[in-house]
Amino acid sequence: MTPDATPIEPLVAVEDVHTYYGKSHILHGVSLHVDSGEVVGLLGRNGVGKSTTLKTIMGLVHPHRGKVLFAGKPITSLPAHKLARLGIGYVPEDRRIFRLLTVMENLRTGLDRHGMTEARKQELLEKAFSYFPVLAERRNQAGGTLSGGEQQMLAIARAMMLEPKIILLDEPTEGLMPRMVSQIRQIIDVLHREGVAILLVEQNVPLTLEASQRVYIMEKGAVRHHCPASALKIGDPLIQQYLGV
Amino acid sequence: MSTMLGLLQAIPYEALLIQTLNGIVTGMILALIASGLTLIFGIMDVVNFAHGELFMFGAYMGVVVISATGSFWLALVLATLIVALIGAALQITTLRPLLGRDPLTTILATFGISLVMQNYALWQFGPVARKIPEPFSGQFTLFYLEYPWYRVLIAVLSAAIIGGFYLFLKYGTYGIWIRATTQDRVMAEAMGIPVSWVHTAVFGIGAGMAAASGVLFGPLVGVNHAMGLDWVLKAFIVVVVGGMGNLGGSIVASIFISLLEAYASIWVSPAQAVIVSFVVLILTLLFRPTGLFATPK
Repeated sequence: MTPDATPIEPLVAVEDVHTYYGKSHILHGVSLHVDSGEVVGLLGRNGVGKSTTLKTIMGLVHPHRGKVLFAGKPITSLPAHKLARLGIGYVPEDRRIFRLLTVMENLRTGLDRHGMTEARKQELLEKAFSYFPVLAERRNQAGGTLSGGEQQMLAIARAMMLEPKIILLDEPTEGLMPRMVSQIRQIIDVLHREGVAILLVEQNVPLTLEASQRVYIMEKGAVRHHCPASALKIGDPLIQQYLGV
Repeated sequence: MSTMLGLLQAIPYEALLIQTLNGIVTGMILALIASGLTLIFGIMDVVNFAHGELFMFGAYMGVVVISATGSFWLALVLATLIVALIGAALQITTLRPLLGRDPLTTILATFGISLVMQNYALWQFGPVARKIPEPFSGQFTLFYLEYPWYRVLIAVLSAAIIGGFYLFLKYGTYGIWIRATTQDRVMAEAMGIPVSWVHTAVFGIGAGMAAASGVLFGPLVGVNHAMGLDWVLKAFIVVVVGGMGNLGGSIVASIFISLLEAYASIWVSPAQAVIVSFVVLILTLLFRPTGLFATPK
């Protein structure tokens, strides 16, 4: 499959999106798509609009122009809480743990929703605790007392409570020790095997190229390049040009 | 030695005990009002200047229901529910459109609501104070006083309402939603929590709690259209002293300030005793501007 052959109905499609913060024009017509169960990397230097792209998909900022589609349906003007219920999980850059809530309560923000049975809740919790045993140990501890790596795990586990079809992961390895980085890397693989799609924003280029099937490279608020991850190598001139590494 | 003894003997122990009880009773009522106020501030950064009027509306609803049914308890429940609904409606129509704007706009909006509510009450019920009869009239002897049981009941009921609300916040699903929204509105929304409805619900709950305190306190004072003013002023002092948005802090501060005022009124007139709360407020603002019980956010 060539990367440009968009399937008929991708899970998430962003079409020519223009997003502003006040008067500053951040996204200048971003288009990308993520298919069901696919891991897609979004690379680019700081400040090129990667995080804003995720926020636009999540409905946390609304674009002035352009469309966001989820399973073929327009979601551009829906509020974020409805998107979460549709199956979009969001793990923000700064993790945004509810610091005064315990680990368990953090998870319950996603777990206690309409139509969930006790058994199903228990199942989801056990799954999350099996991936992140440290969270089970600290379940009654306030989120703010966790280490950076533990908070990252909690942020991912919390998003998993929504049983999402896609998780928007914003710089999950930023500031983490190498051991934690490889753990996050494993979790991405596990989620992928379970059929959860991931849109991964990362500064860690080798990790992104390893974990993703396709990558988009952004510059100045627009997608400049799009290819299968296997087509790029660390020393590639494209990477040099857009990422300076 | 003898002067020490003289000083100790000069302390009016009986008056102190009575005033402790009085302080706790007013403190609990104040705590019931201030909890709603601090919660509303904590979750949506709205300083609700109409809170005293919700208290006053609760008292009037109590008057209306009692004159229709004769039941104080029914009045307490109905007034709470009705004013909670009025509060929710006010939030949807007036505050929701202002979310994310300059806090000054919400201050003006709630101040406007308070004027409308006061004048509506004046128009509807007239300037003469109404009475809410005590639901029962038992008394017990406390030194030289016959102390009404009803006052004790006020403190117990207020504590029960606050306690119930605390448990709801701590363990209930919606309680977790409220706490999550208070900490991080955007992330709560991204976790599927309908934040704007949480805001409405919190405003309704705060209004209901103010109304309940209005009905409970009604029998001790006359019910009139301006009764909210004194209380909201005190509730604001308590909320600032307790740390804006800090529920536990407001409750402790309510009792603390009410006790201080009660003790002060042993020596000076009750009207002068009010000065004590302002002194506490000024000292707090000078030395701990984030409140005596502020938790880092």
